[in-house]
Amino acid sequence: MNITVCVKRVPDTETRIRIAEDGRDIVADGVKYVLSPYDEFAIEAALQLTEEAGTGEVTLLSFGPEATKESLRSGLALGADRAVLLKGEPTVDGWATARVLASELAGGDAGLVLFGVKAVDDDQQQVGPMVAELLERPCATSVTAMEVGDGMVTCRRAAEGGQEVIEMDLPAVATLTKGKYEPRYASLRGIMMAKRKPLIEKEAPAVEPGLVVEGLEYPPPRPDGRIVGEGGEAVGELVRLLREEAKVL
Amino acid sequence: MTDVLAVADAKRGTVAGVSREVVTVARTLADRLGGSVDVAVPGASGAGLAGWGADRVLQFDTGDDGGGGPAPFAAALADHVGGHGYAAVLFAATATGRDLAPRVAAGLGVSLLTDCTAVEVADGAIVVTRPVFAGKALSRVRALATPVLLSIRPNVFPPRKEPREAAVRQMSISANRTPAGYRVVGFEASRGAALDVSEATIVVSGGRGMKGPEHWHLLAGLRDAIGETAALGASRAVVDAGWRPHAEQVGQTGKTVTPKLYFAIAISGAIQHLAGMRTSGVIVAVNRDPDAPIFGVADYGIVGDAFEVVPKLADAIRELRQD
Ligand SMILES: Cc1cc2nc3c(=O)[nH]c(=O)nc-3n(C[C@H](O)[C@H](O)[C@H](O)COP(=O)(O)OP(=O)(O)OC[C@H]3O[C@@H](n4cnc5c(N)ncnc54)[C@H](O)[C@@H]3O)c2cc1C
Ligand SMILES: Nc1ncnc2c1ncn2[C@@H]1O[C@H](COP(=O)(O)O)[C@@H](O)[C@H]1O
Repeated sequence: MNITVCVKRVPDTETRIRIAEDGRDIVADGVKYVLSPYDEFAIEAALQLTEEAGTGEVTLLSFGPEATKESLRSGLALGADRAVLLKGEPTVDGWATARVLASELAGGDAGLVLFGVKAVDDDQQQVGPMVAELLERPCATSVTAMEVGDGMVTCRRAAEGGQEVIEMDLPAVATLTKGKYEPRYASLRGIMMAKRKPLIEKEAPAVEPGLVVEGLEYPPPRPDGRIVGEGGEAVGELVRLLREEAKVL
Repeated sequence: MTDVLAVADAKRGTVAGVSREVVTVARTLADRLGGSVDVAVPGASGAGLAGWGADRVLQFDTGDDGGGGPAPFAAALADHVGGHGYAAVLFAATATGRDLAPRVAAGLGVSLLTDCTAVEVADGAIVVTRPVFAGKALSRVRALATPVLLSIRPNVFPPRKEPREAAVRQMSISANRTPAGYRVVGFEASRGAALDVSEATIVVSGGRGMKGPEHWHLLAGLRDAIGETAALGASRAVVDAGWRPHAEQVGQTGKTVTPKLYFAIAISGAIQHLAGMRTSGVIVAVNRDPDAPIFGVADYGIVGDAFEVVPKLADAIRELRQD
């Protein structure tokens, strides 16, 4: 079974974010970009499932600017077989992104299409299930482990208060969160081989976004904190402050 | 188009407390727009939500105990919303709401604004604020189409009592819209965790400085002293070490929490941890390193050994409770 993993290039979580002068975007200069951490769980899941099955190819699919090729190569270095880049500028509108990705996935032969549960830039948490609706396939979200059986996949998902076990008929869609799939590191050989693997570039279809960013702001600074004291002796004063000043106890 | 639909957050048949927050925000919006508030509930409960400002309670009988997953309810909601002309449809940004909302949005063919921390009406349009880049920036966003679909971050909007005589209406779910191929075949409750960390109003989180899982009874003791509104959280270092389940992880690759009080015990305060808790009401840090970055965001800090401070803190809070 072939698996397609949708991946997004996002600013590294350590990166300092600077807001551009127009107040609507961030300054891209000096920002280190990486594959969104949850997408790495999805890649790892795809690699493990195809390795277990002994057959099937893993395709990476991304909608993003030219520079995304670099991130796709890093995914190929982990062991994915090929990558497809839909060149364009994704907006904050996940529904627009979902339609772009679905247009490419619609004719594909992937038995499973995997996503990260969220991309850590805009944090919209929506593209996976939206694509599933467009493709009319079942979709399990926040999946922590998967097992492929005859014509179906069993998923464990993080639900409130516990783990849910879901069975889905194939073809299906899943969004991955942290769980069984600890991302591997690329080997030197993997990095060498990645250079020769196919990376197909296409223009992304034009889709009108339905959301407009009015402005970006830095979060208000938290009021200056204070060190109440040292060690166990400070406990009495802390509790008094929590009760009388902060009124939270 | 002035009416607002609040979608109650219900899991395993019980309406969650966060639903009151969703109804409260819906009420505020509807008052600004001059419309009324409907609440959609899966199953037969939810009549109590009238107390928070709902004019009608719509009970969607999914008929399958949720065994078909979120899709049947999502499809029914999309049908209902499509035929009604709401100005906005509101969800809770909980695990359940995050699973449901994108399906409804896609069913309707409209955009979705998730995890909003402010919702306002400006020049007749709904404008939301949502944290982006792990909370390092706040984005003000407007949706071009109606209805505006959005989800609100739990614990950010205080629920407001506003009792009404709400009409209760049964809604049927058309079976033919139900996408097949999804079956809930099991559920394993996590051990001990009565309250999810993302829903608790007070969170006691422990980090690597707690040295090992065998010391978690200290944190559990503090949680118990506070009472049933509190839940345990953890840093990723703790979860990666296998000391605590991932369900308790707070941060960028864990849960986002907004309790009114957050205890960061022996947690250094890495940027990815802050991403999950910096919007908490009051932050208390206990760390033996006075230069730990967590003190940069904490409202109150104690520089000291968690093994000494935490039991004393639990005792002091217990005493306070007894008074
Ligand atoms: C992509 C990515 C995603 C990530 N996602 C998350 C996430 O979701 N959540 C998260 O938490 N982290 C996340 N991290 C990891 C994060 O960078 C830190 O490594 C992690 O938060 C550190 O956990 P910690 O504070 O418990 O441990 P440490 O950094 O080791 O800090 C331990 C602290 O305990 C203090 N201490 C030690 N002993 C005592 C004592 N006896 N009494 C009091 N204090 C004591 C020390 O002074 C220190 O400050 C992520 C990292 C990456 C790269
Ligand atoms: N531009 C994109 N290209 C490819 N995949 C994407 C893109 N945007 C989002 N995704 C996928 O959708 C998931 C959820 O993203 P989001 O809904 O934006 O939080 C990500 O983890 C990716 O798997």
